[in-house]
Amino acid sequence: MRDSAGAAAMPGFPSPRPELVREDASGEAITVVEKPLSTFEICYNSSWLRKALILVVLAVIWELYARYLNNDLLFPTFTATISAFARNVADGVLPARAWASIKVLLIGYALGVFLAALLTALAIASRIGTDFLETMTSMFNPLPAIALLPLALIWFGLGNGSLVFVLVHSVTWAIALNTHSGFCSVSKTLKMVGRNYGLGGARFIWKILIPAAFPSILTGLKIGWAFAWRTLIAAELVFGVSSGSGGLGWFIFENKNMLDIPNVFAGLLTVILIGLVVENLIFQTIERRTIQRWGMQN
Amino acid sequence: MASEGPLLEVAGVTLRYKTPQHLITATYRVDFQVFTGDRFILLGPSGCGKSTLQKAVGGYMTPTEGQIRLKGKVVTRPGPDRMMVFQEFDQLLPWKTVRQNVVFALEASGRLTGKAADDKAMHYIEKVNLGGFADSYPHMLSGGMKQRVAIARGMAMEPDILLMDEPFAALDALTRRKMQDELLMLWEETRFTVLFVTHSIPEAIKIGNRILLLSPHPGRVKAELNSVQDPQEARVLEQRIHNMLFSDEVSEAMEPVHA
Repeated sequence: MRDSAGAAAMPGFPSPRPELVREDASGEAITVVEKPLSTFEICYNSSWLRKALILVVLAVIWELYARYLNNDLLFPTFTATISAFARNVADGVLPARAWASIKVLLIGYALGVFLAALLTALAIASRIGTDFLETMTSMFNPLPAIALLPLALIWFGLGNGSLVFVLVHSVTWAIALNTHSGFCSVSKTLKMVGRNYGLGGARFIWKILIPAAFPSILTGLKIGWAFAWRTLIAAELVFGVSSGSGGLGWFIFENKNMLDIPNVFAGLLTVILIGLVVENLIFQTIERRTIQRWGMQN
Repeated sequence: MASEGPLLEVAGVTLRYKTPQHLITATYRVDFQVFTGDRFILLGPSGCGKSTLQKAVGGYMTPTEGQIRLKGKVVTRPGPDRMMVFQEFDQLLPWKTVRQNVVFALEASGRLTGKAADDKAMHYIEKVNLGGFADSYPHMLSGGMKQRVAIARGMAMEPDILLMDEPFAALDALTRRKMQDELLMLWEETRFTVLFVTHSIPEAIKIGNRILLLSPHPGRVKAELNSVQDPQEARVLEQRIHNMLFSDEVSEAMEPVHA
């Protein structure tokens, strides 16, 4: 039971009050209805400016600490790294090494995507295919690609073959797992709509399932890319020259042996830069044009 | 205009499906016939298998007993001659605009292509008063607008029969009333045939011209009634249907006592 609020009111009933109607409900005279934001607020709202600010702060901290340490062998300054980077870019060494890495990477990535597509297609086509994919991913996804490198070296020898092999391994499972879980979470209604149009088989997958699962597929592609990039640099560091020139990992390894630490840092910086470019330019553009535009992600 | 035979024949249809634990009989030997131009309602409480029955007409389920025939041909799988309008708002493809959604339906099913598909799509989008939103993506629309697109898409395909599965159930009361009026107006204009599933008695009386009443667990035909227009008669009919469903519940509730 409720308590009575006032002495005059009946228990459990609010006391009667007069009605209230306002004739003049416009508030333009007394408060701001619309006003442009200040320049600082507009700047602060753009994410790339905020990120750029973070990068600048990090660079300053790096520079200050390195100067304080004053030991080029252990920790070169930011400026020394940048000048080493500029020198290596100018004489064409870094671009060539980066390209050597990227070439292998793209081959491995493309093969991995193809294999993942094949596995997921099998998985939606039949129940045994699903079981196969689930078993394979649970076995191989946790297995670090680099752990397969010794075996790959025996099977494929020193060269791009073994690199591509470990790359495919690192890419395939992540993409297949994400794509498959994306397909599984496509709403029943959408699937029924697709079949209502008379779509079936490959057309159904291409026109309904892939766009509907695109957020998961894109996540898989991103994770796959990161795995591949990491694996490649690590693999190059472990066994160095693959083709005639060698890639970025080899560049880092070589310069470490010669104790040219600013060059090592320049190599690492290149790895980071390529990662940033791919993430921010390529993947984010795809994201903006697709899933954000479609309202599948906010 | 009226052809001699029924457009859709459901003859002695029993539908069963399996859950991990049980074999469920959704409907048991249901018979009914839908004629061209009908607004045929499947009405019943939840669990009477009305949605399952409609899915079977849509071709998503095969009857374990009996037959479903459309224009004399047995229904075996989904097809664009029976367009579905679902209850869920996510039935539009989110990666296509309103216009693309309708055009895609026409092109994917092979009905029309190119300019012809575009014109037909726009014609029906205008009909549901969404001309100004043709290039919007579904996530920018309200629930009622999404359902209107789904109806436009269904009608643009000009199917033999439009299958509507509680299309207004997820809408607020005001929007629902408006959509019901709009649907009737569209029907006045084009005289399509529709099989409409609902659990709301007033909606059934308002939308339908013929109402199939199903009893629950499993769904069996309880009655097949003609709807009425006059508000006074509608109230009487509503009470009558209500009593039919209500008496059913009472007798079921009393069964254990007698047993």
